[in-house]
Amino acid sequence: MLTNKRLILAHFWLAFASFGVALVLGAWQMFERSPLNVWHFNPEFYYRSVTAHGSVMGYVFPTLIAMGFGYSITEAALEKPLVGRRWAWAGFALVAVGAVVAMVPVSMGLASVLYTFYPPMVGNAFYYIGIVLVVVGSWIWVALMSVNLAVWKRENPDKTVPLAMFANVAGSYLWAWTAVGAALELLFQIIPVALGLKATIDAGLARVFFSWTLHAIVYFWLIPSYIAYYTIFPRAIGGRLYSDAMGRIAFILFLVVAMPIGIHHVFADPQVGAGFKFMHSVFTALVALPTFLTVFTICASAEISSRLRGGSGFFGWISALPWRNPIMLATALSLVMLGFGGAGGLINMSYQLNSSIHNTQWVTGHFHLIFGGAIVIMYFAIAYDLWPHLTGRALDHFSMMRTQLWLWFIGMIVTTFPWHYVGILGMPRRMAFYDYANPAIAAQAFPVVMSAIGALILLASGILFLVILIRGQFAPASEAGAYRFAIATHMPARMPVALNSFGIWLALMIGLSVINYGFPIVQLMALKDTSVPAVYVGAAK
Amino acid sequence: MSDQPLFSFRNPWFSVSVGITAGVAVLAAIAGFIILPLAQPNLQLSGLWDAICSAAGVPRRTVEAEALKPTFKTSSVVMTSEMLTHPDQVSIGRGATLAQKCAICHGPQGVSDANSPNLAGQFAAVTYKELNDFKTGARVNTIMSPFAVNMSDQDMRDIAAYYSYLPRVPSGHLDVSLSAPEIVVTGAPLRNIPPCGACHGEIDVKSGSPWLGGQSAVYIKAQLEAFATGARHNDISEQMRNIARRMRPDEINAVARYYESQP
Repeated sequence: MLTNKRLILAHFWLAFASFGVALVLGAWQMFERSPLNVWHFNPEFYYRSVTAHGSVMGYVFPTLIAMGFGYSITEAALEKPLVGRRWAWAGFALVAVGAVVAMVPVSMGLASVLYTFYPPMVGNAFYYIGIVLVVVGSWIWVALMSVNLAVWKRENPDKTVPLAMFANVAGSYLWAWTAVGAALELLFQIIPVALGLKATIDAGLARVFFSWTLHAIVYFWLIPSYIAYYTIFPRAIGGRLYSDAMGRIAFILFLVVAMPIGIHHVFADPQVGAGFKFMHSVFTALVALPTFLTVFTICASAEISSRLRGGSGFFGWISALPWRNPIMLATALSLVMLGFGGAGGLINMSYQLNSSIHNTQWVTGHFHLIFGGAIVIMYFAIAYDLWPHLTGRALDHFSMMRTQLWLWFIGMIVTTFPWHYVGILGMPRRMAFYDYANPAIAAQAFPVVMSAIGALILLASGILFLVILIRGQFAPASEAGAYRFAIATHMPARMPVALNSFGIWLALMIGLSVINYGFPIVQLMALKDTSVPAVYVGAAK
Repeated sequence: MSDQPLFSFRNPWFSVSVGITAGVAVLAAIAGFIILPLAQPNLQLSGLWDAICSAAGVPRRTVEAEALKPTFKTSSVVMTSEMLTHPDQVSIGRGATLAQKCAICHGPQGVSDANSPNLAGQFAAVTYKELNDFKTGARVNTIMSPFAVNMSDQDMRDIAAYYSYLPRVPSGHLDVSLSAPEIVVTGAPLRNIPPCGACHGEIDVKSGSPWLGGQSAVYIKAQLEAFATGARHNDISEQMRNIARRMRPDEINAVARYYESQP
């Protein structure tokens, strides 16, 4: 029962429109720094483009997907209209205004600091203020998710919270807590400098604050995709979810261990002690657990569905799966990319192996494979699945959808595999120019060209995706029926209260954050003479 | 359902999850703060507490060793990007009077053909820094050093403000058709040479980097060679010495000719 369809569609459309723009920038960047481009660009344009691409893809696009999908889940899973509709629109407006406010100075070249901010570089204050508005807008969504769950629980004291809503609220709490790091960095460190109230900045402390956000934000991006694995995929292929409780445990594990791991992003930074780096490395290893649980549960659900359809044999059931179904295809391709990306991630999180690939193109390849690949392909699946319910029109260009999904998968593999490879060869990231004529790096020229071709395939897939959605908006009207989520094979008669509430898990999340981040932050705050002069980017010449 | 205890060790979900989390944290801490630091002889730890402090990132006294000091004076100026960017009229006026003694070499309008630097339109922070370095002895020049020795800090600020106030005059060698040499636009990444334009205009202007357009080619070449040999050493953090050392003679000539021809 989706009642606020305009609200949800607005979120999805703004998300996909900004995704489309950022995708063009991404493809241009791949071309610009490849040997296909004879040097004739101002490198500043490259950094400007990276800042815009990263800010939109990292902050605006997934946040809007999580918000829009969150509202759909609230209405569909709790089977009641959203409480706080006006607040939801206000949150949407803040995100939209924030995105524009942030992108204007970036487009003008006044904030080419890259989306991870990189203090002591400091750009135009409006860039940061725009990002803060986006985050504040998303916090309204967090509050609404919590309020809606509380209202529903009061009305249904003896019912189990539906898995989709449980996971959705877990994701919103994770985001609320992980965004605090970047918010502290922006509000207390960067924005005062950007406004000229201070001239120095503690770059080390700022980087630690950002790492607080930087890793768990990935799990915030991931959670809509995981919700789709658990609650859309089994239903879409005509089966049942293997285990509802396993899903809850996976989302709970994300909540608890996604936070205290961000320092693996600053393994090469001298301001954090080696002991804390090791602790974060250990907890990063733990975050593989919910993914293993998920892969197992989803594969088991697929097997159940296949055997219901007559699939048999040890591996024979795989061929009996409904491969022509776009959701089936998207999920399978997503899991393949998740597998490769996750394997690469094990290198990144290991304190020792990390040093061989730190700050190389390997890292860019890794997060594009995980986020751009495994996660975003599920955003496509979510859109395909929801669109008929949101527009009231049929979305039945299945062969186009399959082509689009295959193109995205192929494009992402062709882009990111060579990217990983040149990273191992030592190619640094965040550089606008490479002299491929030089024998020392000439070997990197060919893989980089492959990457650029992959980017063009991704661009084609992205355009096709938008075409499918736009055609869906103009298709003949057709009633899609009530939107529902997958049902588990066996629903426990009595759900343990721990798997139906968040108290313990939020306490563990905050407790672990304090243990793993408390000392480094307090120590850096207490140390004197750790600030350096800000380097203003785009300052008056 | 809601009457079950949540935060209670009688709730197995609570005790097991808290137990596992605490267990992992404690084991990780023992490994990360005690076992691994003690396994590294190069840390020269004095005991358990020292190991924990070291792993926690508490600043430790490193092995005492005499830091190598250069045999010459280095620049004591701290550059910031906002430095001297808003000169006031009084300062410019005072600078105009003080600059009369500079005119014999640098020209009455801050431009001359004597192969000494043209100062008209130069960034104030640049002129101020160089005067300061001449005064402290970080940069030495037979003619300039005696002038700078007696200048007060305010004198140097005023002169710098005055010259930055003067308009840049087109060079006598102006030739905008000359295309920028590769070293100016892209540098030579494999020799660790950034593009000249990344600091000196074209691409970006960094604080303390002079505007080079219209400067005498003889002067630019002489300075690059002085940086390369170390005869000039007032560049902060050896920025220019590291670059000039790795430049080829033909690149130095090309850069000097190019900047001389620019506005």
